[in-house]
Amino acid sequence: MSQPLHRALGLTDDEAGRIEEILERPANPLELAMYSVMWSEHCSYKSSRIHLKRLPTEAPWVLVGPGENAGVVDVGDGIAAAIRIESHNHPSAIEPYQGAATGVGGILRDIFTMGARPIALMDPLRFGPLDDPRSRWIAEGVVAGVSGYGNAVGVPTVGGEVVFDETYRGNPLVNVLCLGLLPTERLVLGQASGIGNLAVLLGSSTGRDGIGGVSVLASAGFSDADDGDKRPSVQVGDPFEEKRLIEACLQLLDEGLVVGIQDLGGAGLTCATSETASRGGVGMDVDVSAVPRREPEMEPHEVMTSESQERMLAIVEPEGMERVLAICERWEVRAAVIGRVTEGGSLRILDGFDGEVLADVPAASLDDEAPLYDRPREEPLHPLGPSADDLEPPVDPGEDLLGLLTDPSWVYSQYDHQLFLNTVVGPGDDATVLRLKHPTTGHDTGRGLALTTDGNHRWCAVDPRRGTALVVAEAVLNLACVGARPLAVVNCLNFGNPEHPEVMWQLSEAVDGMSEACTAFGTPVIGGNVSLYNESAGSDIAPTPVIGLLGLVDRLVSRPPGAHLVEGNRLLLLGPAEIGLGGSLWGASRGAPGGEMPSVDTAMHTSVSDLVRELVLDGMVEGVHDLSAGGLGVALAEMATRSGVGVHVARVAGHRELFGEGPSRVVVSVDPEVLTEVMDRVEAAAVPASRIGMAIGDRMIVKDLMDLSLVEVSAAFTSRLPEALGSGTTNRQPDGR
Amino acid sequence: MTALVGVVVFPGSNCEMDCVESVGLLGGEGRLLWHGDDDVSGVDAVIVPGGFAHGDYLRPGAIARFSPVMSAVARFAADGGPVVGICNGFQVLTEAGLLPGALQKNSGLKFLCQPSTIRVSSENSSLTSRASVGDELSIPINHFEGNYTCDSETLAKLRGEDMIVLRYVDNPNGSVDDIAGVCNEGRNVVGLMPHPERACNEILGSSDGGVLLGSLLDLAA
Repeated sequence: MSQPLHRALGLTDDEAGRIEEILERPANPLELAMYSVMWSEHCSYKSSRIHLKRLPTEAPWVLVGPGENAGVVDVGDGIAAAIRIESHNHPSAIEPYQGAATGVGGILRDIFTMGARPIALMDPLRFGPLDDPRSRWIAEGVVAGVSGYGNAVGVPTVGGEVVFDETYRGNPLVNVLCLGLLPTERLVLGQASGIGNLAVLLGSSTGRDGIGGVSVLASAGFSDADDGDKRPSVQVGDPFEEKRLIEACLQLLDEGLVVGIQDLGGAGLTCATSETASRGGVGMDVDVSAVPRREPEMEPHEVMTSESQERMLAIVEPEGMERVLAICERWEVRAAVIGRVTEGGSLRILDGFDGEVLADVPAASLDDEAPLYDRPREEPLHPLGPSADDLEPPVDPGEDLLGLLTDPSWVYSQYDHQLFLNTVVGPGDDATVLRLKHPTTGHDTGRGLALTTDGNHRWCAVDPRRGTALVVAEAVLNLACVGARPLAVVNCLNFGNPEHPEVMWQLSEAVDGMSEACTAFGTPVIGGNVSLYNESAGSDIAPTPVIGLLGLVDRLVSRPPGAHLVEGNRLLLLGPAEIGLGGSLWGASRGAPGGEMPSVDTAMHTSVSDLVRELVLDGMVEGVHDLSAGGLGVALAEMATRSGVGVHVARVAGHRELFGEGPSRVVVSVDPEVLTEVMDRVEAAAVPASRIGMAIGDRMIVKDLMDLSLVEVSAAFTSRLPEALGSGTTNRQPDGR
Repeated sequence: MTALVGVVVFPGSNCEMDCVESVGLLGGEGRLLWHGDDDVSGVDAVIVPGGFAHGDYLRPGAIARFSPVMSAVARFAADGGPVVGICNGFQVLTEAGLLPGALQKNSGLKFLCQPSTIRVSSENSSLTSRASVGDELSIPINHFEGNYTCDSETLAKLRGEDMIVLRYVDNPNGSVDDIAGVCNEGRNVVGLMPHPERACNEILGSSDGGVLLGSLLDLAA
């Protein structure tokens, strides 16, 4: 071997020196392997931790904040909601189906680890352009993977996003969010306690798949040459195993048989054993020979760092073992005692409980003492590209509009989004609404949970701080459109190579923007994930912080109106007039990503959100849609297409007013009978509003700018994805219902 | 008397609690039946729910048909007891030989979760006694393998003996003769791909499924 072992494992010389200081001796190869996975960027957040500390994390309703497997909030009626978001970007770039599938599997385990039954998944997806064959292959594979795993494991996928853009050509973003519910009193934390208690490995046997997933794959960028070589680092998922594991674990928790439980994800057994011991302030002896294996002659370092899927580590009192085994047998889940909780803080890896000591390290040193870097930051010098403000007005704005429309239903019709009978508003609307039922009694609270995921790399490329604040604001407004108030945020920070100072500057700015907006809106950040090294061939992706926002609908008696129009309704545009073409979808479509972009006025945004939420809850509007990518033009086109009713709109000065984007703007469709009352409430809320036209006929007419038939608009909207992605998605899982 | 409906649970089933909830909403009572028990005694009707029984390994329903509970379901059906297979449950019942035909992959080769409109073709079955022929019901579908197929002899028999219970108005999956649901010769065993339990509450988009599950409760009570 031409280089020292620690470098081959992804550790720097300084890090290797630090390990030697901790151990007061040179580490052996097994120990080095364990440190290399735990101190990887993916597991340790060593480049981002210093910035994440600036995020607001507290509120009276927060039961568990960042740092645990999932954030947890109290949603009333004795119910707690656990939520988490993660990325599976690099595995999905290499092996789209399994990369996406195991992303779903991993996030589910994070949720039921907390004692919560997973009730919903969301998938924000970002791919390269549709005219790139490889990007189409990735998109089809990822959607098939989410569908194949999510449907079969029996958790509905109730929303998400799908974006196609040049910036993701070599490096797609596959983020996945999971929401679970638990009785508040059953909250479980991933920690070991009770000297002599047993560490029981549940689920799949351990194989050679996913070795070094966190270090080799997730914590380094892509070049062109060696991508295929990384395929063995992608794990392989089995949703049927996971389904049985969920049911078995929830029954173990119901019967109070576990004192702590932890999923096995990135860094496998090394992570699960060291984190549970470290959090509990205890040590653990692990008998590596007792780990059930998928293939013979596996080395201890392979067993300890394998990322084989569908495994959980439960800490069990010895007297409860018999019942634990009985429950596991009923659900056909393998269970093996592989460790014991010990005094002191040592994590020892043994070949048999009385056998040779193969590794002996302080458990906390793997977890808490990972390096912390304040990497250099520098604002990029180069302008983003041409400014959209300099573009000539379009000759035919209608033609431009048609090119901006995308119906995501090709994606979400492949996902079961209705299971559990909660889905009041499913994918494709501003936000998802789920009935809030008690997770064990099934009691319907008459209230709802609302959920949205949002990201916008165009805004964040223009200005990561302002752009991220705009993303948070959009999420808040999305919830208001379904009648919900925001509770808590989880974030997935997708950025480029942290060793590039420009990327670290983007990350730091984005964190500040998120912090400012979340503080203003009273939405603590209760968990998250940082995905770095999203680059290919030396080019970083545009900064893409994605947030998931959970909210509550206080009175859920009927379905909110959604992006709908009713013939004869009047159309009101609510919110400030400040818009810009910088970072707009229209500008990007014309090759001009730069330009001026407004910032969010948080006080005004709160006024607009409060007004819209009350109008929706009181049934005062028959349609509502927030203005986002593509501005007023796209919002009106989506409302018209979904309802089959045309619009006749005036008072739109030009293409800037039609396609410009800005925060705190909503279109509502109002029955003329209640128009006066609505206008009174708008005035009382001191929210700017203009009457822009009405819902009528079968054409989309914007005076002096466009006159399109609804048929044309609908065809452009619905045909884009089916035409590009076709119907030939391969099915590799034995699924179907 | 409240109708007691047994809902079979295989490892990998996932619609069992939805069926229990909707049966409850319609005035019945659901009781879970474990796949390993060769016993369905005490129930008035049986639902084999949707999901991925035994992971759909090999092919949907191929392993589930060997679970002990299926012997009990077969005896219950032979005695005239009402049995309904929904989605994966329909696949299980065809594999078990309790219903004719088979379900293959959708013609579009994709999983489909979407609204569908189905038309009642026969009101003479345990699932359609409350309906009238020609009624159109809005009930969602959620499957990869819902493309009903059978040989021409069987199809002729299904048509001739009024065994096609439900048809799609706008065939989403390539099913022969637009078939969405069929019954057995005794008319007590019915299988359908759409999910009536997902359409029993207006807030979820439709309550048309209540006509079907309500028919089952009438028979069971």
